[in-house]
Amino acid sequence: MKLLNLSAAAIAASLAAQAAFAETEITWWHAMGGQLGETVNKIAEDFNASQDDYKITPVFKGSYEETLTAGIAAFRAGEQPNVIQVFDAGAATVIGAKGATIPVQDLLADNGVDFDINDYITGVRYFYADSDGKMIGMPFNSSTPIMYYNADALAKAGVEPPKTWEEFQSVTAPALKGAGYIPLSQSHLPWIFTENFFSRHNLQFASNNNGYDGADTQIMVDNPAIKAHFTALTEWKDDGLFEWYGTGWGDNAKPFEDGDVAMWLGSSGSFGGLLKKDLGFEFSATMLPYWEAVTTEPTQTFIGGAALFAMSGMSAEENKATAEFFKFLTDADTQYFWHQATGYVPITEAAYDVAKADGHYERFPAAEVGIEQLTLPAGDFTRGYRMGFYVQIRDVMNREYGRILTGETSVDDAFATIQEEANQLLARFAKTQG
Amino acid sequence: MKRAGFTTIWLPVALLLPQLMIIAIFFYWPAGWAVQSSFYLQDPFGFGSTFVGLENYTDLGSNSEYLRIAWFTVIYTCLVTFFSLAIALLLAVKADKVIRSARTYRTLLMWVYAIAPPVAGFMGIMFFDQRTGPITDAFQVFGWDYKLGVNYTDTATAMVIAAVWKQIPVNFIFFLSGLQSIPRSVNEAAIIDNRSSTSRFWQVTFPLLAPTTFFLLIINITYALFDTFGIIDTLLKGEPGNNPMTLVYKVYLDGFRGNDLGGSSAQSVILMVLVLILTVFQFRLIERRIHYT
Repeated sequence: MKLLNLSAAAIAASLAAQAAFAETEITWWHAMGGQLGETVNKIAEDFNASQDDYKITPVFKGSYEETLTAGIAAFRAGEQPNVIQVFDAGAATVIGAKGATIPVQDLLADNGVDFDINDYITGVRYFYADSDGKMIGMPFNSSTPIMYYNADALAKAGVEPPKTWEEFQSVTAPALKGAGYIPLSQSHLPWIFTENFFSRHNLQFASNNNGYDGADTQIMVDNPAIKAHFTALTEWKDDGLFEWYGTGWGDNAKPFEDGDVAMWLGSSGSFGGLLKKDLGFEFSATMLPYWEAVTTEPTQTFIGGAALFAMSGMSAEENKATAEFFKFLTDADTQYFWHQATGYVPITEAAYDVAKADGHYERFPAAEVGIEQLTLPAGDFTRGYRMGFYVQIRDVMNREYGRILTGETSVDDAFATIQEEANQLLARFAKTQG
Repeated sequence: MKRAGFTTIWLPVALLLPQLMIIAIFFYWPAGWAVQSSFYLQDPFGFGSTFVGLENYTDLGSNSEYLRIAWFTVIYTCLVTFFSLAIALLLAVKADKVIRSARTYRTLLMWVYAIAPPVAGFMGIMFFDQRTGPITDAFQVFGWDYKLGVNYTDTATAMVIAAVWKQIPVNFIFFLSGLQSIPRSVNEAAIIDNRSSTSRFWQVTFPLLAPTTFFLLIINITYALFDTFGIIDTLLKGEPGNNPMTLVYKVYLDGFRGNDLGGSSAQSVILMVLVLILTVFQFRLIERRIHYT
């Protein structure tokens, strides 16, 4: 009896193996937890159901940093996944390691998938590209910082969402404070008030074309415009027009969700989550304000979030499967599904058109703000940045900004420190590339 | 005189081998690797690297932030060690005197021992939360505008309290068994000589507890330096910002989060040497003055 069971199991196993043999299996390591992870799984299921030749398995590997570190360890052990999600601050590390990944543009061309970088919306195109504009990583969950507001609070205070920081300072914030709200909070000082501050005002952020043209880059963060902005932040905080709840993302979002804070600067990708939370007030969004004193022609912001990289050292069949998956992923319908479910922006013009045609933005005007901001006029320094050890540089910024806002240091000292420590880190990174 | 022992060299070697292999694989090999990496700056994927000699070490020495973290680590270790030992000793002395339902008291006091450090950190977040934490509310009653994650000192306070709370049960168990192993006759003789229970404690009980205290001192310093990682990581929520951290957390941040293999290797070598010095110092200087019964 036992023997019979065993042989039956063996036959079943060999049948399953044969069925699987026809498919090329690839793996995808990502950092999308919770609701986002479920959406990722749905995309993978849809891809697997759409054809019989390839099967992708998504694996959640923790935070962005943990995913990158796991990918690096796996690569050194020869056990790397086919596709890995790497976040904006890790881009220099993964792109700098030439040979670790296959540029997505080459991968698609080699496997007969049409690719035209002009199909992608402008704010998305070049962040994960090399200095010649060749796309290395496929933008995946692309977001940009926008300003969410509690529409009920603004109506109560009798104000409109501000377009400029001058307007915020003189009109919006005092009225909101008068109506009993804390006017403003934000969730990521390096991303929103530094990287995208430079892009919004078209200011140079680093030498070497913001770092894209070489590893021997110097950061140029010690700039009068951003120092004036942080000086204003401390004054607003003292006057009760702005509050800072620490470095954590959620700690600053929570007071907005609870209705205490009237306006919150977060990610366009936060939209899906806010919508599901049933906040108890009407919310909408507007573009990131700018300083009229700095520029009268504000420019676009660039994408945050993460991109998918095809790792090297895999067989030709598996690379073909990865290329087919990227093709599926950039398809307008897939992008629209992802955009609707999460709030991350669609990365192609075609997907944007599908969303418009479907009336998505008439139902949810706030969902369009991110993509509108990413398609504003570009400038010389709006492409993004490429700097190594950028995770540590952001840590230095967060530390010094925290000290500014708790009164432990002055704005001038803080920016001098950031510039000095960041340049030391950049010099160290340049040596890792040797 | 005949030496008792093995007749062949191979048997003892074979018996020692498993243990030696474990030490070699899990300590000597990675430690050697860390020492080697600390002289290089390398691309994490392993494509490029530059030999930089001692530069990773000198960079740390000239980095004011690293020195600030080192200084915090010293203060943090002293506070955690002192308070977790002192409170545990007090509780053990009191629990030793309880006669009715002693078992219940002891079990309740040891309970916390079963909690994992990250869980202790989560409980810390809940208790010290800016908006809903009961301890935050309590501090505010006394006029302390407590803000976890915003103010450096406030975050440090939560770290110390959570770490001490988590460590008290371990110390309590050891102190209690230490107290119970003191011979009854010694106590009785002391009672005849000295009526003050406080001075009896310091003159008789405490010296007799010295071996336990010494052992716990080492365990607690190691705990504060290394094992509180989970508590610190949870309290910082992965974003240190302007909050304090310990040296071992900095190793993790630079190595595993920032992919600076050379820099974090140099930091772990420094920690390794520190622990070595500390251990030698403790055994050479302090242990001589302690009499084991």
